[in-house]
Amino acid sequence: MSALTFTLTHKPDQRVDMSPLVCQKLAEMQPAEIAALTLQNGKRKIRVDELFDITGSDAQNIVIKSSFDKLDFIGKELDGGRITVEGDAGAYLGLGMKSGEIEVSGDVGLYAACEMKKGKLIINGNAGDFLGAALPGNKMGMKGGTILVKGSVGERAGDHMRRGNILIEGNAGDYCGSRMTAGTIAVMGHTGRHLGFAMRRGTLLLWNQPQASARFNDCGAHTLAFLPILFASFKKLNSTFSDSSAAFSRVQRYAGDMSEMGRGEILVKIS
Amino acid sequence: MIINGVAIDATFAEAFPMKATRAIITAQNEKWAMISAQAMTGFATSVIACGCEAGIERVLDPSETPDGRPGVSIMIFAMGGKGLAKQLETRAGQCVLTSPTSALFAGIDGGTRIALGKNLRYFGDGFQVGKLIDGKRYWRIPVMDGEFLAEATTGQVDAVGGGNFLVLAKSQPQALAACEAAIEEMRKIPNVIMPFPGGVVRSGSKVGSKYAALGASTNDAFCPTLKGMTKTDLSPEIESVMEIVIDGLTKEDIDKAMRVGIQAVCDLGAANGIKRISAGNYGGKLGPFHFHLQEIMA
Repeated sequence: MSALTFTLTHKPDQRVDMSPLVCQKLAEMQPAEIAALTLQNGKRKIRVDELFDITGSDAQNIVIKSSFDKLDFIGKELDGGRITVEGDAGAYLGLGMKSGEIEVSGDVGLYAACEMKKGKLIINGNAGDFLGAALPGNKMGMKGGTILVKGSVGERAGDHMRRGNILIEGNAGDYCGSRMTAGTIAVMGHTGRHLGFAMRRGTLLLWNQPQASARFNDCGAHTLAFLPILFASFKKLNSTFSDSSAAFSRVQRYAGDMSEMGRGEILVKIS
Repeated sequence: MIINGVAIDATFAEAFPMKATRAIITAQNEKWAMISAQAMTGFATSVIACGCEAGIERVLDPSETPDGRPGVSIMIFAMGGKGLAKQLETRAGQCVLTSPTSALFAGIDGGTRIALGKNLRYFGDGFQVGKLIDGKRYWRIPVMDGEFLAEATTGQVDAVGGGNFLVLAKSQPQALAACEAAIEEMRKIPNVIMPFPGGVVRSGSKVGSKYAALGASTNDAFCPTLKGMTKTDLSPEIESVMEIVIDGLTKEDIDKAMRVGIQAVCDLGAANGIKRISAGNYGGKLGPFHFHLQEIMA
């Protein structure tokens, strides 16, 4: 069976809610039923086949071709299977994702993987603000799974994050790891201002020294035994994180945010 | 059956069901991993008075351990799951948590999950940090030499305890030399431990005693100094008997260990004073697993 492929035929002016096109919802549907599904497009609803050419039949392996940044909610609450996005994706990519895998070849918008529960999300380009965060007003962001971003991310990555890994090969914007409850965010590039603002627990693992902050206390240089295990878990990823040269266990440890419970930590690689 | 002049008795060893678990201890070097492992498996020769039977399974290469450091694999056996969990936790807390540079990991992925570092984390007094990596939970407990890393749980599985054989020799040094040769070979078999000191026990027991308070007492039929005053199982030339007890994850694991052990003894043969191989047979009263010596060596 070949992948169920949706090729965008034209770029609509208004944003499109792609949430009906997830593996578990399409599993038992015939091609004609899929074509007749309606998607919210701005104020109106349009049929799937008005927007996409549909080929293939394997609903566990969905490909969205010629995607662009107004296709929102791709892979919403995905529960198994794989979605490949060729191009950019809009906001709320993988919102509340439960399991499975999403890979985007380009950039993604706001709130990617927000409130994600499990699974794997790979973004080959850049990600917008609030990656792996909680929806506005909610208290729990990402609760599990792994996000890999090969580019850079916007502000508030991992806001209210509860569990899981966010791996960023590029830079992270301001307020990275803000209000984190637990989990791990690793940033190979540089981080912005107010790193770990109001962080309660969790780990920010950095390759470069962040801007000094009065809210984090220096706990000294240490060799931490859990880091080799953490890096070993990245081996399966097609990423710089899986290179053995990327692994380290010697870090400078900063505890904070001391204005909060202060059980969080920033670990900075010691070269 | 006679192998190299050594008579193999037409008898069987009796063993009983137990619960078992495995843990992996790592440290900065093999020396300190072994020190910790020896402490954790100390005073654990027999469930009769120790609460569990424990032993070192083997030394692990750094490439085999979760954190890439030298390690030692240990196994603990007990009569029930509750007792096993308590022994594991107490020993981990007193012998591994306390041991410099150590870390503690699960040695069995499946089975019923029992606490390894799950409750030891409270030693961290609120400063402990949990990490969920690849579906496994680890606890980082701050200690004075840095951090003690312990996996939260390990697996508990059904197992077999009490497999054994007896080495009957013309002298005490010859019996011991034969047992040492056997243990050296048996330690190469995975999934088994020989829980007695050095793997060898000289005080084999029988079920029951003349004293009502005791459930087991000396196996007088195999005591050479009692040859003239009890219903002995020894011929006049036997001066010393030693036993090797084996606990294993499955009956097949114990079979394998017994085979290589008995073979190593027989390789020394009658020329080195080894006369017979027998087994602790209690008429079927001790346990449902029977290891027939002649079948194992066939």
